[in-house]
Amino acid sequence: MAEFEPIASQDTIVDAIGADMLVVGGGIAGMTAAIETAEIGKRVILVERSPSLGGRVAAMHRYFPKICPPQCGIEINLRRMRANPNVRVLTLAEVESIAGAPGDYEVQVKLKPRFVNHNCTCCGECEAVCEIEREDDYNQGLAKTKAIYLPHLMAYPHRYVVDPAYAGDERMRKCAEACRYGAIELDMPSRMVTARVGAVVWATGWKPYDATKLETLGFGKCANVITNVMMERYASSDGPTAGKIVRLSDGAEIKKIGFVQFAGSRDEHHLPYCSSVCCLASMKQATYVRERYPDAEIHFFYIDVRSPGRMEEFYRKAQADNRFFFHRGKVGKITENADETVVLEAENTLTGAVTSLEVDLAVLAVGMVPNTADEPPPTDVPRDEFGFMVADGAAGIVGAGVTSRPFDVAAAVQDATGAALKAISTGTGG
Amino acid sequence: MEKRTGVYICRGCDIGNALDIEKLSEVASTEMKVPVCRVHDALCNAEGVGLIKADIANEGINRAVVAACSPRMFAEAFEFGADVLTDRINLREQVAWSHEPNDEDTQMLAEDQVRMGVARVAAVGPAQADIQKTTKTLMVIGGGVTGLNAAKSAAAAGYAVTLVEKEDRLGGWANRFRSVFPKHPPYTELEVGGCEVLVEAVEADPNITVHKSTTVKKTSGQPGQFLVELVNNAGVSEVNVGAIVLAAGWKPYDATKLSHLGYGVSRDVITNIEMEDMVANSGIRRPSDGKPIASVAFIQCAGSRDEEHLPYCSSVCCRVSLKQVLYVREQHPGAKIYVIYKDIRSPAQYEQFYTHVQAEDNVFFTKGEIEGVTPASDGRVTLAIQDTLLGKHIEINADLVVLATGMVPATRIEEVANPGAAESTEEQMAGDAAESPDKASAESILNLAYRQGRDLPTLKYGFPDSHFICFPYETRRTGIYAAGAVRSPMDISSCVTDAAGAALKSIQAVESVSRGAALHPRAGDLSYPAFLMQKCTQCKRCTEECPFGAIDEDEKGTPRPNVLRCRRCGVCFGACPERIISFENYSVNMVSQMIKAIHVPDEFEEKPRILAFVCENDGIPSIDMAGALRLRYNAMARIIPLRCLGSMNAVWVSDALSSGFDGVLLIGCKSGDDYQCHFVRGSELAASRMGNVREKLKQLALEEERVEIHEVDISDCRRIPKIMNDFLEVIETVGPNPYKGM
Repeated sequence: MAEFEPIASQDTIVDAIGADMLVVGGGIAGMTAAIETAEIGKRVILVERSPSLGGRVAAMHRYFPKICPPQCGIEINLRRMRANPNVRVLTLAEVESIAGAPGDYEVQVKLKPRFVNHNCTCCGECEAVCEIEREDDYNQGLAKTKAIYLPHLMAYPHRYVVDPAYAGDERMRKCAEACRYGAIELDMPSRMVTARVGAVVWATGWKPYDATKLETLGFGKCANVITNVMMERYASSDGPTAGKIVRLSDGAEIKKIGFVQFAGSRDEHHLPYCSSVCCLASMKQATYVRERYPDAEIHFFYIDVRSPGRMEEFYRKAQADNRFFFHRGKVGKITENADETVVLEAENTLTGAVTSLEVDLAVLAVGMVPNTADEPPPTDVPRDEFGFMVADGAAGIVGAGVTSRPFDVAAAVQDATGAALKAISTGTGG
Repeated sequence: MEKRTGVYICRGCDIGNALDIEKLSEVASTEMKVPVCRVHDALCNAEGVGLIKADIANEGINRAVVAACSPRMFAEAFEFGADVLTDRINLREQVAWSHEPNDEDTQMLAEDQVRMGVARVAAVGPAQADIQKTTKTLMVIGGGVTGLNAAKSAAAAGYAVTLVEKEDRLGGWANRFRSVFPKHPPYTELEVGGCEVLVEAVEADPNITVHKSTTVKKTSGQPGQFLVELVNNAGVSEVNVGAIVLAAGWKPYDATKLSHLGYGVSRDVITNIEMEDMVANSGIRRPSDGKPIASVAFIQCAGSRDEEHLPYCSSVCCRVSLKQVLYVREQHPGAKIYVIYKDIRSPAQYEQFYTHVQAEDNVFFTKGEIEGVTPASDGRVTLAIQDTLLGKHIEINADLVVLATGMVPATRIEEVANPGAAESTEEQMAGDAAESPDKASAESILNLAYRQGRDLPTLKYGFPDSHFICFPYETRRTGIYAAGAVRSPMDISSCVTDAAGAALKSIQAVESVSRGAALHPRAGDLSYPAFLMQKCTQCKRCTEECPFGAIDEDEKGTPRPNVLRCRRCGVCFGACPERIISFENYSVNMVSQMIKAIHVPDEFEEKPRILAFVCENDGIPSIDMAGALRLRYNAMARIIPLRCLGSMNAVWVSDALSSGFDGVLLIGCKSGDDYQCHFVRGSELAASRMGNVREKLKQLALEEERVEIHEVDISDCRRIPKIMNDFLEVIETVGPNPYKGM
């Protein structure tokens, strides 16, 4: 059994690692649980299945209510993590099995190959000569990267990665040859690592509800209908349009935009629960539009505006914008005209009339589906009918972040910090 | 120990292609007289690191200066242990990647980077922790559900806790709730309220000492060494604690202010709290005549989301009313129940609870604005409502009306002139103190004996909450954490989570200070500020400007630093006109030496020089990312990273101008209402100190345009070239510094 090794030597090939806690999921909740635990002196292994930490938050443009960039908080967290020898990060890593009991778990973690080793300096030479392009998952598939790429500018570990679909492709040899540091290993194998830990925090986050299932709302059929998650990428300067929010069909400026709230949420046929953040997220995205288009009309279709606590102020600011129109009514149908202008049909609950509104772009505020709905921990954990992990107070595997319930960033961090203490106490048998 | 410096220059990542590395080495060894200077093709790789380690072992190198990529990259590779001071010079993102290769100006920039780096390392020492005797006992103020859980979680993790509660029993509000709304699937059944089990567990816990009917008379000291004076009927006692969780909770909004909603006008108009009490004790009856209920109306947002009362939403009242609808249904199966709301806020899986309650018979939900609540002639209460789902204007007669009133934090001081205003605690305190000096002390919970005030600074509406979205537990008083409804309106299950989170933060605090290490955001930093008191002129700038109130004052105004409260930002030394404050590894002198080391060409060469002070939290990463994107800008600026722009001392601007710099650029985090500054007021202070700087410029007969301050956020890397190039244009227009070459 190898001793716990600080992150400096994380590339040393080890078969087994011992630690106080295993955190599964390297998004904001997982990162928080890991660092907060490490800072009280406990050893933590943080497992993330994608090539970089940061999760969904790293792909956001801003968050509410301060409209500040997520990279700021991520930078501080990465700095804390780099400075702390108690955290060991494993990326491209997935948990295959969990055995044991609270206080003594044995977890099998599969490490998929990055095909790039620790010699990578991120000089970018390989990328420059690479002939193969692939869909950029960081950009929601809306852009492309080369087959060898750096996930994003705040990626951690800061190291290139090869899309496994192309590792065996002949053309990748060129990239390997271009590397002056011997960092590309196209034959890198998968590895298994055994982690022996006292506690486990499960923080695997969420994915957006599949908008193609909202058959009447035009997603995938109308050119100018997007989701809230896609909107974050369009607004970002490292996004598919370098931060310009425009009509997708022809690149024209936005004169009217429609935010379609609870698209597929609070709906027995799709997601019966409320994702709690989408009202605020849409109002936030409205500020992106307002920043770029001082005169654009912003139309917001809702049933209840959920801006709890001090977020109410954020709602008040939106209400004070005299070109921001609130329509109480569910958008039931979205179609497009011949010129690809979007037509939104909604029933106004106060008047009973069905109104029809044309907009340049429609943003469907889709909800959050926890990853534990279809990818639960490989061991029995209580979940509710929607797939969220239920905190039943018993010791064991503790859920954190959106794994427990739909949260905004501050609440996810709050939850992860609390979960960390709960898990630590589990590990020490407290 | 003798300082022995080695400079290691990396040729990788195009650094070698862009620069004359030999000349660079000469700057280090010949000019700066560094004993060891080596060049390698890939310092971050095993062989490169091995080279440095060999020198540490064999050449006695104890200061390793790595001239390569940004210090934010590959920090793990360049880890040489506590005995070696490691420093980084950025030749990649700030030089090779963002400027013209094989160009004279780029070469000059690189050479100055080396000069600055070597000068910096010569001017500093390794951080050596100030280890003091500290305690790891925690204090929790407030024995409600948050305080109880904080105490219990901390005790379960092995820490001793002192719990202080002002009432004569533990349990707070939760004791009064017969049931709570559902937290477990299928989210439709009410769950048992109260917290007797929790109270018993806490009272029985050998790690928790409970003080009931007790308040805090005074809190002094610092994390690890707080001295708290407790007072109760038995007298005063003292406790030594390492960190404090403030879980003082809330009180309901004063319903006597809601006469427009019928409160005080009809006895049958009650608050949600009064409803809970009825349910827990006598059963639901009309307060006026004790008769049973045939109809109830719930008025949501009573005095909430209202500029005249509480502008914010208390987030739980919708769910509480849904719960109370079920109470009514239990006790009066046939009663008609109306819920008049603005928005129903039942987030997440609580939506299922809302759906369940909506499906009950004889329960009517309608959105509407209350126009009036008046007693009816038949003894009932009439509600006039407009803009409803049922029509423009309706009237409802009900036997009982329940006002869903909101939550006010216990830290909010009453009788403030304008309750809707979002005042900070300092403003509230100042206002109250002016009118009645005793009022402030009567209301204070912590009674901090801190120069900057008795309580945690509040964020808005009296909540002592964190300004940071990513770091919700942070407060502006180191080692003191607010949790539960005192920091933000929240329900019981959020309070439970919050309690555990705050407990963890307070555990971190005591563990870190016991090692002399700093807390967020410079977690783990072992450096600490030293004060040369003999030269202090008692100007009180440091004691006022420290964002965390770390520096107290004696009667003469002499600063009394509390090092364990310090977050190591350096804002104090930025403020100090006598420059008496310094850290071993970060000081005014260090920056002055860096400035002096830069070669400023004399005017005849027409190469302006700009000095850029850049905050390392958002500014430096932004500049790094501009380099990573290979964005190009002029090579006239020399960048000095600062821990916070607030640590900028005006003497540096004087130093720069007298060294012949043509312009000074300050780049920091956003200030203002939605501030980004990690040290709260750093960039704001830097901006206000610009007033003094402009005075200085006038005295020197220099143009004001020579100094600019910019706020940059971390994702703004594409703005960097414009900021740099635009400023150069300004300087070129203004012309060379007349003091150049003097």
